Amino acid sequence: MERAVDKTGIKIGMWIFLYSEIILFGGLFVLYAVYFHNFPGDFAVAGEELNRLFGTLNTVVLLVSSFTVAASITAVQRRRTGQAVGLLLFSLGCGLVFLINKYFEWGAKFEHGLYPNSDRLFEADPGFAIFFGLYYTITGLHGLHVIIGMVLLTVSLVMVLRGRVDHQRYALLENSGLYWHLVDLIWIYVFPLFYLVL
Amino acid sequence: MTTHPESGGTPAAVPSFFEASSPPGQTGIKAWLLTHDHKRLALMYLWAVFFWLVLALLLGLALRVELMFIGETIMPAEIYNTVFTLHGVIMIFLFVIPAIPAIFGNFFLPIQIGADDVFFPRLNLFSWYLYMIGGAFAIVSLFTGDGFADTGWTFYVPFSVTTETNVSLTVTAAFILGMSSLLTGLNFVTTVHRMRVKNMGWMQVPLFTWSLYATAWVQILATPVVSITLVLVVLERFLNIGLFDPDRGGDPLLYQHLFWMYSHPAVYIMILPGMGVISEIIPVFSRKAIFGYKGIVVSSLAIAIAGSLVWAHHMYTSGMSDVSVFVFSLLTFIVAIPSAIKVFSWVSTMYKGSILMTPPLLLALIFIYLFSVGGLTGLVLGAAGTDIHVHDTQFVVAHFHFTMFGGTGFAFFAALHFWWPKMFGVMYHFGRAYLGASLAAIGFIFHYVPMFILGMQGMPRRYYDYLPQFETGNFLAGFGGFLLVFGIMLMFVNLWMSLIDRWRQPAEADPWGGTTLEWAVPSPPPVHNFLQEPRVLDYPYDFSEVLARAAAKDKKD
Ligand code: HEM
Ligand SMILES: [Cu+2]
Repeated sequence: MERAVDKTGIKIGMWIFLYSEIILFGGLFVLYAVYFHNFPGDFAVAGEELNRLFGTLNTVVLLVSSFTVAASITAVQRRRTGQAVGLLLFSLGCGLVFLINKYFEWGAKFEHGLYPNSDRLFEADPGFAIFFGLYYTITGLHGLHVIIGMVLLTVSLVMVLRGRVDHQRYALLENSGLYWHLVDLIWIYVFPLFYLVL
Repeated sequence: MTTHPESGGTPAAVPSFFEASSPPGQTGIKAWLLTHDHKRLALMYLWAVFFWLVLALLLGLALRVELMFIGETIMPAEIYNTVFTLHGVIMIFLFVIPAIPAIFGNFFLPIQIGADDVFFPRLNLFSWYLYMIGGAFAIVSLFTGDGFADTGWTFYVPFSVTTETNVSLTVTAAFILGMSSLLTGLNFVTTVHRMRVKNMGWMQVPLFTWSLYATAWVQILATPVVSITLVLVVLERFLNIGLFDPDRGGDPLLYQHLFWMYSHPAVYIMILPGMGVISEIIPVFSRKAIFGYKGIVVSSLAIAIAGSLVWAHHMYTSGMSDVSVFVFSLLTFIVAIPSAIKVFSWVSTMYKGSILMTPPLLLALIFIYLFSVGGLTGLVLGAAGTDIHVHDTQFVVAHFHFTMFGGTGFAFFAALHFWWPKMFGVMYHFGRAYLGASLAAIGFIFHYVPMFILGMQGMPRRYYDYLPQFETGNFLAGFGGFLLVFGIMLMFVNLWMSLIDRWRQPAEADPWGGTTLEWAVPSPPPVHNFLQEPRVLDYPYDFSEVLARAAAKDKKD
């Protein structure tokens, strides 16, 4: 009793999983909302410390990569393997750029003495310290998801090269792509909360 | 009579899933450790769960022995804190949450809907490994660092952030176990949606599967919240961010909100599958269609939804606003309605049924009784006024043991006795099963009823020592504890003996006269479950054929 591949079922599974990831971040956003309500002033001051340029750049990088991942799926469906490989490599490159950017951004904060448990945060107003606590927790967890997403894309890339993902069986690539869109989507919330609204 | 399709109509023995491995070709231990077969995975969960259950029962007994007399009896106070944490963590995360879905759900959900496996068989294997890794982490955290957590299974801040014990590792174990249960839920939802046989509509799905389906949604909705909460505990411990530290602007109440936002729904993750088991057993042994099939389905979903809205009833005394206390108290009362609907349905099903007494039915009846006591005392806790009096006393301990142990625990024993013949193809000894179940029930009542009284008199929970006026109650409770554990062990030994060749009694395909699909396949089932296209009844609990068969047999004799 071999059953045919049920693409809808695979997608249902993936969507439920993505949903659970959103709830995971949802818990953190609830914390953000509560503390923002408690310390609007401190949050505004702390938000000034963040560099909008870095944030915007990273948003663009992620959005572009989301597009190229989607394009790579189309390419696979149209049997253009070479094109798909190129697009995936480009997306992975975007992920890397994002992480490097993040590294410099965090590094700059560290230099200003803004890291968990630092003296400066210890002496600062409570809301200020909590803002940075949330900042590191949320962007850190998001960064971890970028890394997981890159691993998934790399696996898909290898499978495309080996011919295990082709125009008939591309569920793996499609699901990795969905995961990548999720990473992007969460960032679309993180970015305004930390960089823009304050 | 089932016939092998290739054998031209003559019955032929089909190898059971014990004899044929899936994926094919694997042998020995690999055939189990790499299996994708939902039935083999169910049995692997069974042995693991047995191990944890027995361990945690003995730890619970140790706690009770300690409390039998004033002062130090068998362990010092620090060890007592560790032991009740370990007991609670194991019972919650390694027994009551996973047991019924992972064992009986894995085994019977696909069969009940006419499928040959779950939708993601490899993910199923992965969930099993996560379960084992989570358990291993719990054990490792016992022996490393400064010993196992002593926070209680709730890991409340600020204590969990400041204690020297190995909370980080314990919490990681809970995180991994949550992941395992979430993936199992995801698998079940997809399986129910995509793999039901074509002619089975939603209102023909057996109630056990329905209850697992509702549970799976709660798992998916709630688990990520506790996951992030546990991550935050670890982060706080390593980085000292201060999110829950009032000194630094944080709010410890937020921890409790996040924690109970999962953990209250989690109590429905624990009880719904148990209710599903009872909803299968009662009609089979009453030979009567279950009363209010749709009512049971709808109440499962209603519990799943309403149960997600009442988490803060654990926090009446922690300083929430009066309005929140009022709202959560009201909502809590509303959740009692769907549970009551189920109890009334079971009782009405038995009314005027032709009852066939068996061990699974006895255990189901014990369940109904104990769960009702647990549920009714839950109303005492749900009402803010009375809760403030008995909050965090032995009354609470008695209440949650009545629901989780009298409820889920006994539903688990009932499921074991109900499906054992199907899973292993053998029948066990009824006399010993009755005796074990009765002793366990009597011991149970002796064990927990004194705790209600102690609680109302004011003995706090999680306390190692107490005032002289509490001595009699604690002594009696300890006594009941021994009886309880003895009865349970008797049931287990009896089941285990049925597997030994010397006493082996083969079971028929349908020993109880059940009507759902698992009773239409051989015992134990073959790898692909169905030898021919399953025949779906218009109504899953239609006993007319079973009764006709019994009548015909009577005439012949
Ligand atoms: C299915 C069976 C059982 C379940 C699900 C269960 C569950 C739990 C849980 C969740 C706790 C709370 C731990 C904490 O406060 O962190 C607990 C505490 C406790 N359990 Fe059990 N338990 C079970 C069986 C038993 C048995 C058989 C005994 C004794 C023979 C027992 C004795 C205790 C004691 C003494 C405590 C400590 C209460 C306190 O001081 O808070 N339990 N149990
Ligand atoms: Cu609750």
